[in-house]
Amino acid sequence: MSTVTEARNDGPTAIKDTKRRYKAGVIKYRQMGYWDPDYVPKPTDTVCLFRITPQDGVDPIEAAAAVAGESSTATWTVVWTDRLTACDNYRAKAFKVEPVPNNPGQVFAWIAYDIILFEEGSIANMTASLIGNVFGFKPLKALRLEDIQIPVAYVKTFAGPPTGLIVERERLDKFGRPLLGATTKPKLGLSGRNYGRVIYEGLKGGLDFMKDDENINSQPFMHWRDRFLYVMDAVNKASAATGEVKGSYLNVTAGTMEGMYERAEFARELGSVVVMIDLVVGWTAIQSMSHWARRNDMILHMHRAGHGTYTRQKTHGISFRVIAKWLRLAGVDHLHAGTAVGKLEGDPATVQGYYNVCRDAFTRQDLPRGIFFDQDWCDIRKVMPVASGGIHAGQMHQLLDLFGDDVVLQFGGGTIGHPGGIQAGAVANRVALEAMVKARNEGKDIRAEGEEILRRAARFCSPLQQALDTWGEITFNYTSTDTSDFTPTLAVAH
Amino acid sequence: MMTNPVRKITQGQFSFLPELTDAEIALQIQYGLDRGYAWSIEYTDDPHPRNTFWEMFGMPMFDLKDAAGVLAEVNSCRQTFPQHYIRLVAFDATRGIESIGMSFIVNRPAKEPGFGLIRQELHGRTMRYTVHSYASGRPEGERGGN
Repeated sequence: MSTVTEARNDGPTAIKDTKRRYKAGVIKYRQMGYWDPDYVPKPTDTVCLFRITPQDGVDPIEAAAAVAGESSTATWTVVWTDRLTACDNYRAKAFKVEPVPNNPGQVFAWIAYDIILFEEGSIANMTASLIGNVFGFKPLKALRLEDIQIPVAYVKTFAGPPTGLIVERERLDKFGRPLLGATTKPKLGLSGRNYGRVIYEGLKGGLDFMKDDENINSQPFMHWRDRFLYVMDAVNKASAATGEVKGSYLNVTAGTMEGMYERAEFARELGSVVVMIDLVVGWTAIQSMSHWARRNDMILHMHRAGHGTYTRQKTHGISFRVIAKWLRLAGVDHLHAGTAVGKLEGDPATVQGYYNVCRDAFTRQDLPRGIFFDQDWCDIRKVMPVASGGIHAGQMHQLLDLFGDDVVLQFGGGTIGHPGGIQAGAVANRVALEAMVKARNEGKDIRAEGEEILRRAARFCSPLQQALDTWGEITFNYTSTDTSDFTPTLAVAH
Repeated sequence: MMTNPVRKITQGQFSFLPELTDAEIALQIQYGLDRGYAWSIEYTDDPHPRNTFWEMFGMPMFDLKDAAGVLAEVNSCRQTFPQHYIRLVAFDATRGIESIGMSFIVNRPAKEPGFGLIRQELHGRTMRYTVHSYASGRPEGERGGN
């Protein structure tokens, strides 16, 4: 690749003389107009922060200009057809480059994009530019989209979450505490009848939601209609047994859009309050299902299956905070956003940053939590984050302290694996939750006194005692890979 | 009698805990007041999970900032409707929330009859479900104390 290293050198910044600028051949991206240190982003610009690791010998500013170019309108050589257009508008502009603290060889680059670049209401279109060709660009060893600031004007082209966490609570009649859920286990192999048993026991025992796992669709052991029929019998029976609204995320992910609609319609016909899709269905399918959910009074649960392939490594890919922002615009109601204390990747501050992106009315810059930009959400509805994966009742104080009330806490193994059975597992989790919320509201310091609060609650609740005896010491205390560059990161102490 | 693990309707924030004492209720009220919520008292003899609109025991107490005062209203409601469900509901008027911030039951009838599930078989194996409140089989005003 010669564009960056061997281009003719006509100076450090954009060539103003059009004759020289458009002479056939290869010039540096910074000379093409993709680097402008004096540029001040307009209120209608989208601003991206990239982490760039240039190949050895590649100048960081030229690398940033190349990212701006390849994520907007550039090609590798000069083209005269640029002159048929108002081309300066279409060029993204890198306007600031700084070294990444404590990471030699990496730079942060701030790049601004004019609003004309993106079709209204289309995450697919925005992502095709911002994470398109540029991520395979050879002069870079690695590239990561760390954060994005989306202008109010573009935010308002999206309808956002069909339900949102406020209306979800009103529909479910559940306020002032986290919601409780569990993923049905084993993920694979249960027949519809056996599967429905797990749903019934969990919901009757005290959970608000049960959940299909990401890879439960319509396999030979359980076709989707069987699952939906048995699950909804369990949901309604549990609702009658408790007097509460209950739900189970029916995964409508299918091989085609038509298949997803068919499954979603059947879920609605059976009276489900919620359907679920996997992130792997893609942006367009997500937005289509969001519109469907809005038309049908349905909560839309998003399982972020697959995200770890591109969000986890710090040098290359996309931060999950960007995915969360796009999903809030695309319009999902629930989003798995990490646990900090469970089995899956995520340091506590970074995970809190994702939660804030989901729930804030206005997100402020917050570098220790990985948030680089202010973001005005323009009253778009709020996404309910979901904490799921290797969490248990013994961590209730940590979870409530980290995430507050607006979260679904999902204890799959921590419910179904309870020695006293699934109902007992659900009771343990619900008692632990209510005891912790009550104590917090009474002014107790739950971080310091949490374990004692749980022990006291276990005195009147033997299932909770059993849960603490079984899992009380279990932690997943590994160092996270995706952490803030602006604060020392500590694993959660147990 | 209801057959779920706590043998009672499990709506609200604290149904899985032992019934809150008045002192404990006052602490919860104070927490809501500290967050700027307005407390309201609602009662019903038909606690169907989708019976959203329980009767209001007076207006929401927007200007009452004293937990003891709110608790006195709770006790007044308990005296008037000892065999009804009574809940404390806190309203949060913050822009973007403008909904309920807390809700928990502070009075129950001596016996909770619970609900039945009515299944209507339709085409194929499709089913239509109705949750039926046993208490609501009787007229209003005759459902309590059974």
